[in-house]
Amino acid sequence: MFLINCPYCGERDQSEFSCGGEAHIERPKQPTELSDDQWAEYLFMRKNIKGIQFERWNHIHGCRKWFNIVRDTSNDKIHAVYKMGERPPVK
Amino acid sequence: MSKNLRINKNKFIDQTARISFKFNNKKLYGYKGDTLASALLANDIHLVGRSFKYHRPRGIMTCGSEEPNAIVQISNDPSFTEPNVRATEIELYEGLEAFSQNCWPSVNFDLGGINNFLSPILPAGFYYKTFMWPASFWEKYEFFIRHSAGLGKSPTKPDQDLYDHQYAHCDVLVIGGGISGILSARLSAEKGLNTILIDDKKDLGGSTLYENNDIFKIDNENSNIWLKKQIEDLKKIRNLTIKNRTSVAAFHGYNYLLARENLTDHLSIHERKNKIRQRLWKIRAKKVVIATGAIERPLIFDNNDRPGTILSSSIKKYIDYYGVKTGENISLFTNNDSAYETAISLDKSGVKVKVIIDIRENSNSVLSKQIEKMGIKILRGYTVINTGGYKRIKSFDVKKLSNDGGSVVGEKITYKCDCLGVSGGWTPMVHLFTQSGGKLKFRNSDNVFIPDENKIPSEQISVGSSNGDFELDNVVNNTVKSIKVFLGLDKTNYEQLKIECSKEKQKRNIWLLPSDKPMFKTKPFLDFQNDSTAKDVKLALREGFKSIEHVKRYTTTGMGTDQGKLSNMHALGIIADSTGTNMGELGTTTFRPPYTPLTFGAIVGRNVGEFFDHTRRTAIHNWHVENKAEFENVGQWKRPWYFLKNGENMHQAVQRESKAARESAGILDASTLGKIDIQGIDASEFLNRVYTNAWSKLAIGKCRYGLMLNEDGMVYDDGVTTRLGENHYIMTTTTGGAASVLSKLEDYLQTEWPELNVYLTSVTDQYSTMSICGPNSKKIIKKLIPALDLSDENFPHMSFKNSIIDNVNCRIMRISFTGELSYEINVQSNFALNVWEKCMEAGKEFNITPYGTETMHLLRAEKGFIITGQDTDGTLTPSDLQMDWIIGKKKYDFIGKRSLYRSDTIRDDRKQLVGLLTDDPKEVLEEGSQLIESLEKKPIEMLGHVTSSYFSPNLNKSIALAIVKNGKKLKGKRLIVPMENENINVTITDAVFYDKDNERLNA
Ligand SMILES: [Zn+2]
Repeated sequence: MFLINCPYCGERDQSEFSCGGEAHIERPKQPTELSDDQWAEYLFMRKNIKGIQFERWNHIHGCRKWFNIVRDTSNDKIHAVYKMGERPPVK
Repeated sequence: MSKNLRINKNKFIDQTARISFKFNNKKLYGYKGDTLASALLANDIHLVGRSFKYHRPRGIMTCGSEEPNAIVQISNDPSFTEPNVRATEIELYEGLEAFSQNCWPSVNFDLGGINNFLSPILPAGFYYKTFMWPASFWEKYEFFIRHSAGLGKSPTKPDQDLYDHQYAHCDVLVIGGGISGILSARLSAEKGLNTILIDDKKDLGGSTLYENNDIFKIDNENSNIWLKKQIEDLKKIRNLTIKNRTSVAAFHGYNYLLARENLTDHLSIHERKNKIRQRLWKIRAKKVVIATGAIERPLIFDNNDRPGTILSSSIKKYIDYYGVKTGENISLFTNNDSAYETAISLDKSGVKVKVIIDIRENSNSVLSKQIEKMGIKILRGYTVINTGGYKRIKSFDVKKLSNDGGSVVGEKITYKCDCLGVSGGWTPMVHLFTQSGGKLKFRNSDNVFIPDENKIPSEQISVGSSNGDFELDNVVNNTVKSIKVFLGLDKTNYEQLKIECSKEKQKRNIWLLPSDKPMFKTKPFLDFQNDSTAKDVKLALREGFKSIEHVKRYTTTGMGTDQGKLSNMHALGIIADSTGTNMGELGTTTFRPPYTPLTFGAIVGRNVGEFFDHTRRTAIHNWHVENKAEFENVGQWKRPWYFLKNGENMHQAVQRESKAARESAGILDASTLGKIDIQGIDASEFLNRVYTNAWSKLAIGKCRYGLMLNEDGMVYDDGVTTRLGENHYIMTTTTGGAASVLSKLEDYLQTEWPELNVYLTSVTDQYSTMSICGPNSKKIIKKLIPALDLSDENFPHMSFKNSIIDNVNCRIMRISFTGELSYEINVQSNFALNVWEKCMEAGKEFNITPYGTETMHLLRAEKGFIITGQDTDGTLTPSDLQMDWIIGKKKYDFIGKRSLYRSDTIRDDRKQLVGLLTDDPKEVLEEGSQLIESLEKKPIEMLGHVTSSYFSPNLNKSIALAIVKNGKKLKGKRLIVPMENENINVTITDAVFYDKDNERLNA
């Protein structure tokens, strides 16, 4: 159970949040232009990294805002938290 | 017969407070302060249970949570009984009743003991190998296994005790109340830090508490006296909380820990009344100090498990703390100096140790010199090779060790005894450290795994013997030194302590001691609880198991309720020796929470019964109760399922309700449907993107049914959305989908389409909904709101009006889920009951009939309307549901659109929604039953399954919806529903059974 520093509310227990999977996968602006393979790439393919991973989280039992975190999945250390639309920090 | 082995003078046991208890129905006595184990030993009872596999007699081996053998069943009350309680941990209370486990018919005469003689055919992996074949014999094997294995009995009635959960936050959490924990807590609290000190015993002080030996001194005082003063001072510090009888079960990431506090287990039954039994603490600590100490290792030799074989340090605690002699003829067997301390303690209490067998060739520490001075005989360079006795150790044989320690030489000497103390050195308790993600390193000099200071996962530190310091001066000085750095202290009161202690100078370790017999004829037990021997480990290695995790599972070493606290190191040592590997490279098995078993009660706390989950009730709920509704759980909601009238059964009630709704008028409490208020200048565009159909042209005051997909093109939720104003909509969702739909829409708004100006608010609880349907519904609404023009021109199907009923503002939608002319009245929830009653009053002359979810489901099935989640399961596209009409073909994009023409979603032979009619119109299919084409062709292909099925009173026949492979093209096709006792013949039909032209909507 880690602590997450919600960019809107501050540090809260993990149980208040839900994880929305890998971050920075943008929904294609023109899905109809894509081949089945390209669309499948967007729809299904996700990384599952042991180490530094960029993730979407939602403060679902709090302010309900979505934001991104940079988490090391091998030890759950959170290296950065940033709002939607903000640039991800460089490693 | 029973002897009194209690020595009279002892300051830790209150010998004025005699307590009676029962063990295996025999009445016995102990004193306040005893554990069950110390009281049994005082009554000269060693035999406590039988072992798991061989049913060998087993006795008390330790004095703490590492106890593998002395586990008992407490009480035989069906709601209070608790299995697998360690006799060494439970404090004696008046009326305690304990029973041996793993034996039948009794611990003294156990039929399973036959397994001991069969042991040559019960090697490691026996269960895997033997019971695998032939498969048809499994039931017979299972009977045998279940009757001879198993630990204890579960309670058969609900637990009557109360359990609590509580959160705690602190600057520093200190785990362990031994000398290093005391010093750490004191340094932390005196610095002004908010500190919690947790200890699993009733008294603080660890083993130093009862250390009374002139060799160990701090500032010229015996270490126990010095520590006692420290504890007294500690208790005066205000920002320190001390939690006794509390054991840390788990150490998770980010310094989140779970600890179980025992509040009443030490009290007599009548003192426990109305008290909380256990409290589970959920602790967030900024910093954690692990001071959990070390436990003594046994030694591994032939028949090392006989009752009366006890860890040497435990013998010391029994005599020094509990005042109990563990025997009258005690000898000790050791590979280190600790046994000497035990010998001195025993000697002081008048018990002369007969002989100390020490595998080391020599030892010249202060302790060993004192032993020599006392005239206690030491056999150096010898080992115990076997023991005698059955229900109690009676003797042991020793031989000289060869120089390399690999074999024994010379003559066998036999000693008589009634208790043998063993000491194989010490194992730091690193469990919590590794649970938190810490990595260990191996110290070769004394064969211990200790925390690697470079691989500490959080703000924490290990001190004292849990960090590998075993000698008093190291324990104190290193604890103070590291706490200073850890907490950033300038200087402490403990800088210049004068510490005197004995230093162990010689070390020798042999994981598996040699015997004069061949290996296969010996029983050197490693895991006493699971009956695995060194032999089993060697067998596993011979059979090719290399990984320690595999060996563990194959031999079950370390898999008991004690998680192998005693056995793991020896198993590792033997594997390392046998394979020529360094133990550091071998690593350890993973230590998982809980450190000691937790009760289910402590885990669930107050979240039982009505507090297990939230219950949501509509504003009209009490009316339903008064009118004999049976309720159905829909998510957390309680929804009326059907209303019973005049001794009806469910079927009769549903038939009556369904007929009434079609013939005159029915009323449904639809308040549980999810309601989302949508506002913003881009609201129309937003709906365009989330629903499959077009929304921008929906006029104000109109309603529209919408289907929502997942991005994979599968139907996700549906409902009617109404345009209340230019930039204002109210969306309804399914009851179960309300929360997730809102979350999903928020997700898109915040992350994919932040440019849209749209605000979403859940108003599910704020509005209540009652739906009046049937040919007379218009008349009822007319009575309720005479001023409202209900003509089809002014108020057509799929439109909405603001109005007032009995001074209450309401939104009325003319929408229908039954196919009948229907009006849905939405009012603020606190007025809902009143408006509902007004509707009932106005509808009385039309026999308005309240109906529940069952009738609602039946009516919509007659119309072929789907229920998402019942007729769909996340694998069906709108086209699969024959709802192609709802796809906005001209729309450029909406959620899931692109997936609708992926190669897989345009396959012809997908499963599709169809109707089913049974040959026998009275036969109602079971929902979930499979559909097949023929019984002849094998293997039989499953073509689909029934999703909804009812007897329709309006059609006077059975109807069903189903999903069937390629169903769209199979209209008229005959299929079979194979059931247990019959095969039901059905025909695929259109999914709309009733009023195909929707004439009734405007009736
Ligand atoms: Zn927040």
